[in-house]
Amino acid sequence: MMFNQESRRLLLQGNEAIAHGALAAGCRFFAGYPITPATEIAELMAAELPKVDGTFIQMEDEIASMAAIIGASLTGVKSMTATSGPGFSLMQENLGYACIAEVPCVVVNVMRGGPSTGLPTCPSQGDVQMARWGTHGDHPVIVLATSSVSDSFSITVKAFNLSEQYRVPVILLSDEVVAHTRECVQLPEQKTIRVVDRIRPSVPPDWYKPYEGDTRGVPHMAAFGDGYRHHVTGLVHDEYGFPTQRPSEVLQFQQRLTKKITRGFADIMITRGFMLEDAEVAVIAYGSVARSALKAVEDARKQGVKAGLLQLITLFPFPRSQVTPVLEQCRAVLVPEMNMGQISREVQRVNQNRCVVAKHNRIDGQFITPNEIHGHLIKL
Amino acid sequence: MSVSAQAIRHEYLRHNKKFPHVWCPGCGNGIVMAALLRAVYRMELSKDEVVLASGIGCSGRMPTYLDFNTLHTTHGRALTYATGVKLANPALNVVAIMGDGDATAIGGNHFIHAARRNLNLTAIIINNSIYGMTGGQYSPTTPFGSTSTTSLYGHIEHAFSIAELAVTAGASFVARATVFHGELLDRLIEQAMEKRGFAVVEVISNCHVQYGRRNKLGNAVEMLQSFKENSVTVTRAAKLSAEELEGKTTVGVLTDREMPISTEEYQKVRQRASTTKGKV
Repeated sequence: MMFNQESRRLLLQGNEAIAHGALAAGCRFFAGYPITPATEIAELMAAELPKVDGTFIQMEDEIASMAAIIGASLTGVKSMTATSGPGFSLMQENLGYACIAEVPCVVVNVMRGGPSTGLPTCPSQGDVQMARWGTHGDHPVIVLATSSVSDSFSITVKAFNLSEQYRVPVILLSDEVVAHTRECVQLPEQKTIRVVDRIRPSVPPDWYKPYEGDTRGVPHMAAFGDGYRHHVTGLVHDEYGFPTQRPSEVLQFQQRLTKKITRGFADIMITRGFMLEDAEVAVIAYGSVARSALKAVEDARKQGVKAGLLQLITLFPFPRSQVTPVLEQCRAVLVPEMNMGQISREVQRVNQNRCVVAKHNRIDGQFITPNEIHGHLIKL
Repeated sequence: MSVSAQAIRHEYLRHNKKFPHVWCPGCGNGIVMAALLRAVYRMELSKDEVVLASGIGCSGRMPTYLDFNTLHTTHGRALTYATGVKLANPALNVVAIMGDGDATAIGGNHFIHAARRNLNLTAIIINNSIYGMTGGQYSPTTPFGSTSTTSLYGHIEHAFSIAELAVTAGASFVARATVFHGELLDRLIEQAMEKRGFAVVEVISNCHVQYGRRNKLGNAVEMLQSFKENSVTVTRAAKLSAEELEGKTTVGVLTDREMPISTEEYQKVRQRASTTKGKV
């Protein structure tokens, strides 16, 4: 098996690293539909899953793909799908089902230019707010962003762990630049990787309440076939899993869904700081743009500008506790994005006029270069 | 079958779920549910190994009442969830229960692909020619010329024949009954669940509340009478001309064929993948 190989140094593209990360995290089921620029993830999973007793299936569309991974996850198998904008649109219906029925799964969206068919081979970060709010209704969800090939491996593992831990779908946003860049990466030994599995019920089947939260607000999850027969529905349900419209039960249910994520904030909100200690200006960036931003900040430092970078790995829940100190410390921050300002809006919301929040947006299907960010940064 | 209906009810209905159910008095859904339970009973399946998946609509509520592993999914998607369940744990006995709009309008694409894919699944489609839960709008099986709340002046589209669609799409086993044909329905559901491969049972049912009333077809009993009068068995239908079959419902087994099952074929894929040397 590939993960027992001594040398784990490989030349990989971001999409391939996501597939390797998924396998390392214990993913054993993948359902998908071909779409540029995400297809390589499905191709690698189709090749590798049968070798590890896992299952790959190409479904008739992304609606079916999303549904199939939920079905598989309900039998206790870690599951994933991968797509891009148009497919992600189709997945929203069943993504909501995974939220309400609290089914762990990972959904990768390799962002390309939109809306609609848009720019299939060009990078974009246009789906950020959609990842948070795409499916209807108030709902909990975790959104992570990868910026490099090695990140694509480790953040995919993290995505599975969070999904299992909180029984929530995790959306992993990549973009066309990360997806198709090839880099030499040293993948960690399997035994060094922290893998989290959902908590199975420990009570006898007669005592099992499938939707009763534990101290963290997360219900323990039995697999179909385990002897814990229970009902799973997309309707709002009580602790037994049965539909309810009783206001007190509805409220309790909705609050638990939100609170299980709120309680985990410290765990879930992941960021990386670079040269922030004495920074007077900072860049807040994510995805492939964060790498351009790091170069821009380094160049600015060489010129004596006290610049820093806060890279967001977790986009939602929005890492307010890490962003706020940067806003308090700096006189200005720059938020470069390949969209019209989907995260800068969040930064402004948190800012409350503490400092200047400047936007740098690019929506012509082109990557944001270090020079562009540097040019903007030194004028702040 | 000497066991009482009451004993079966006690065994398979959920006691912790507060009844009454959502179905109208006289609804055919209960007949289908009872036939399913009798099939499970006769097959001596453990409740733990049965998964019942449904979509949205009146039929979608059936799993709520039954003491299996139950999955009430989104509209039209029962078969796609069932596909994930079955592939991830082929030991489970998976049944999808759907309505006509559920299976052939919003879920039509999933239905034909499930038939083509040939997993070892059972699909039961309760066809009452109408969207009942939302108040009586026309579905893909509403007959030409009939009245619904969205075809007040006569329906101008043509109806799908669900069973024939399943045959053409490649299902291993396809059968049809009506809710009048209780014993036949029992047999067909059991045959479908025993069948190794994708098995479809279309059950013609009555929605006297949303469909029958608007089309002057009478109450539940009268609608069941008309199912009796308008049905011909597969064997008798073979001897009738197209004109004689006009307006008739063919009941019985339409197709029963042996084809490779994709869960078993995937096991071979695993073996081939594991023995192939070379690239990662």
